[in-house]
Amino acid sequence: MTNLKRSALLLALGLAAGPALAQTIAITGGTVALGDGSEPIQGGTVIVRDGRIVAAGRDVAIPPGAQQVDAAGRWVTPGIVAGFSRVGLVEVDAVAATNDTSAGNSPFSAAIDVAPAINPRAAAVAVSRAGGVTRAVVAPETARSIFAGQGAIIDLGADMEPITRARAFQYVELGEAGADEAGGSRASAHVLFRNALREARDLGRTGISGGGATRREARANDQRDLPLEEVPENRLLGPGAQRSDDVLLTRFDAAALVPVLQGRQMLLVHAERASDILQVLALKREFPNLRLVLIGATEGWTVAERIRASGIPVIANALNDLPASFEQLAATQSNVARMRSAGVDVSLGLINNEESRQVRLSTQYAGNLVALQKVPGAAGLSWGEALRMITSGPAEALGLGGELGSLKAGRRADVVIWDGDPLENGSAPVMVMIDGVQQPLQTHQTRLRDRYRTATEGALPKAYER
Amino acid sequence: MVSSKSLILPLLAVLAACSTTTESKTPKTASAGESRSKPATYSRDPFPSTYKVYPGVPTAITGATIFDGEGGRIENGTIVLADGVVRAVGGADTPIPDGATRIDGRGKWVTPGVIDIHSHLGDYPSPSVEAHQDGNEVTGPVRPEVWAEHSVWPQDPGFTRALTNGGVTSLQILPGSANLFGGRSVTLKNVPGRTMQQMKFPGAPYGLKMACGENPKRVYGSRNQMPASRMANVAMMRQTWARAQEYKRRWDKYEKDGGEMPARDLAMETLRGVLDGEILVHNHCYRADEMANIIDMSKEFGYKVSTFHHAVEAYKIADLLKQNGICAALWADWWGFKMEAYDGINENIPFVHNAGACTIVHSDDPNGIQRLNQEAAKALAFGRKAGIQIPDEVAWTWLSINPARAMGIADKTGSLKPGKMADVVLWNGHPFSVYTRPAEVWIDGALMYDAADPARRPVTDFELGQPGEGDVK
Repeated sequence: MTNLKRSALLLALGLAAGPALAQTIAITGGTVALGDGSEPIQGGTVIVRDGRIVAAGRDVAIPPGAQQVDAAGRWVTPGIVAGFSRVGLVEVDAVAATNDTSAGNSPFSAAIDVAPAINPRAAAVAVSRAGGVTRAVVAPETARSIFAGQGAIIDLGADMEPITRARAFQYVELGEAGADEAGGSRASAHVLFRNALREARDLGRTGISGGGATRREARANDQRDLPLEEVPENRLLGPGAQRSDDVLLTRFDAAALVPVLQGRQMLLVHAERASDILQVLALKREFPNLRLVLIGATEGWTVAERIRASGIPVIANALNDLPASFEQLAATQSNVARMRSAGVDVSLGLINNEESRQVRLSTQYAGNLVALQKVPGAAGLSWGEALRMITSGPAEALGLGGELGSLKAGRRADVVIWDGDPLENGSAPVMVMIDGVQQPLQTHQTRLRDRYRTATEGALPKAYER
Repeated sequence: MVSSKSLILPLLAVLAACSTTTESKTPKTASAGESRSKPATYSRDPFPSTYKVYPGVPTAITGATIFDGEGGRIENGTIVLADGVVRAVGGADTPIPDGATRIDGRGKWVTPGVIDIHSHLGDYPSPSVEAHQDGNEVTGPVRPEVWAEHSVWPQDPGFTRALTNGGVTSLQILPGSANLFGGRSVTLKNVPGRTMQQMKFPGAPYGLKMACGENPKRVYGSRNQMPASRMANVAMMRQTWARAQEYKRRWDKYEKDGGEMPARDLAMETLRGVLDGEILVHNHCYRADEMANIIDMSKEFGYKVSTFHHAVEAYKIADLLKQNGICAALWADWWGFKMEAYDGINENIPFVHNAGACTIVHSDDPNGIQRLNQEAAKALAFGRKAGIQIPDEVAWTWLSINPARAMGIADKTGSLKPGKMADVVLWNGHPFSVYTRPAEVWIDGALMYDAADPARRPVTDFELGQPGEGDVK
């Protein structure tokens, strides 16, 4: 993440001078929401320096010489973190050449790594950024295997360096979709899953290496408790690695699952039905090193106590309330708040729901969960909790809470200033900062808006209006 | 020509003679032997509505902010519902009949029920399994003979969610967009029924679903079948309209002059209904240039498009829409899922409204239909940021009177005017706020949803005995 590059780019775009690096910025007078679940603070201050949050809250002293940004009458929050998305992987969904979410004709599955496919100039990146989304969890989609591949955490900055963390997780389908990819049954999906992890274990034992390391070095590497930032790229097998003929995975795919098995790479598992959720929880007993996150969990509220006991975080859709499939019969908008009140660590994502283009709707979805507080018999969220679920919540679930998602000191300075309550219909960002750098909010859409404020033509065709 | 005519005339004489002989048993009026009597024809309504108004009690809501659905707004307003209709709407001094149930509406809002002009509930119901995919007759690009009502599964749980979360009281179910001519729509009242007819909106005209653009050409083009291009879309539509005109001529002549009844062609019957102005055209069309083509084609064949649906580029030709009196049914912020949706903008709805054209917020989605008020709110806000100041109460026309007009039911519902159906929502806050939900919903004056009363919350057959039955959804 080169902030230097960002500044250069912004200058090149001729934008009004954004907060410069190494300069201290004080955002003052706004309603400040930290993103940690607490309620908003009237007249709060946020201090940013060197791309990081220095302080945020009510009684924050403004350092001398700080550049002041007046946020009076406005709201200040951490940037929205899309807890589950496919943003940056798609330009136009129905134009196959622009859609890199899945690879139906590829020999690879778990080995697929979305990072090189992310296009920071995809229209959806700019549109989402203009909607206040600064980071996104980006997952691949399955095709011909229960394993989709390795997802990334990205930022939505206007530069060519979108990757916050590559290969942050492996993504697997274990509900209806997984059954379908596994040949037609959930039972088969579970066999495939166990087989895959065993093939990974065998590879882990016989040794794998990257960059010509010896078997001994590779083993040492595997035993080291690597911080996630250093999860190695898909590794070639080392010399001498023998595999049985009786294998189902390509070597790349099996190798990609080694860090999953060892707990050095997170495993995001999609399951909606209560019984599928319990099967996911059971995986932890069988493979104790797995670092699981449950994705979906529409019926999670019916087994919330057991999810809580497992300690596995959940990323759920906010508003599923239709029995859209037989794995979602118990769907209700109260799912999220019921899981939360049972003690489950839950946050929001867009799961198979316009996840490539509409992550900006996260705020509206969160607001709807607040609305449920007023519906008799429904379970809703406090405002602060709802914001947490689209900021620090997903960041924590993905192991990045120390870096992203809140206005706590030391976090990356992803900050949004809104013209109103960010969860309310029609509120919009007036300033978006990523890593302390002010971002452009123009998009293809805003340009069209400006050209077509009226449909009537002037002296020349519309194509001459810029 | 002369010789052929001379051949035909004796034949007709023979036919006439035959018919006279066979009908000789029936007594004849003076004109019966001549062809000026009203000839037998087909039923325009073979699946009639059996909807009945459910029991209601005289009800008065007081102290609420009222949007009347036609752009009017009353602060501290009173509305009286009785006998299934709106009896009175006015200020605090509005007389309330003795014995009426009084509801304190202070801090709340009253609006007409939301009308969704574009839904597939029932035809693409939940659960969305293959056996339920009944919304597109994809066996040919020209299928005006199919009627969406014959696919409607009244047990779709989506109807209940649209009621309780969205305040939707009427909705048009359209067949899908795989076809150039997709078939007839049906308008329903959002009341649970055992049969489709029990939900059918009494007296609502039929619609014809048409589609231009990518969907028909993709579906049939991928089968190496016409239409595989936009030019083929238009060619097939024009050829079909030409056939319809001929069909209409034959039937008009028969219905005027009698003679041999022409063969019935259900596909052509629908199109004849359009050419006669009885059936309203609902045309799925995204791109500005294509909408202009459709408008020209409609003029060529003498019909009118009621509404362009999904018109993502309506803002580029808002003047054309205004000029031709065509409504645009729009999403607030959908964009980019296919090429023809690439130029979607957040200001589409307010821009079209600002040009003076009829503007509608629609869903085309079982989730979106639960939040049409929020969709309108987002569009309204983006419009204001772009300098277009539309009052809240005027924006509500997008959700009620405009769709009602476009569906031909504005004389019965779509606004809170005395005598109209009492299709009413009491919202627990400002209806454009994300934090607001319906508190109570009346349809024809019957209380069909009450957030505070679990007994006023429908549970479909499908959900009975299932996990989550009867839960607040």
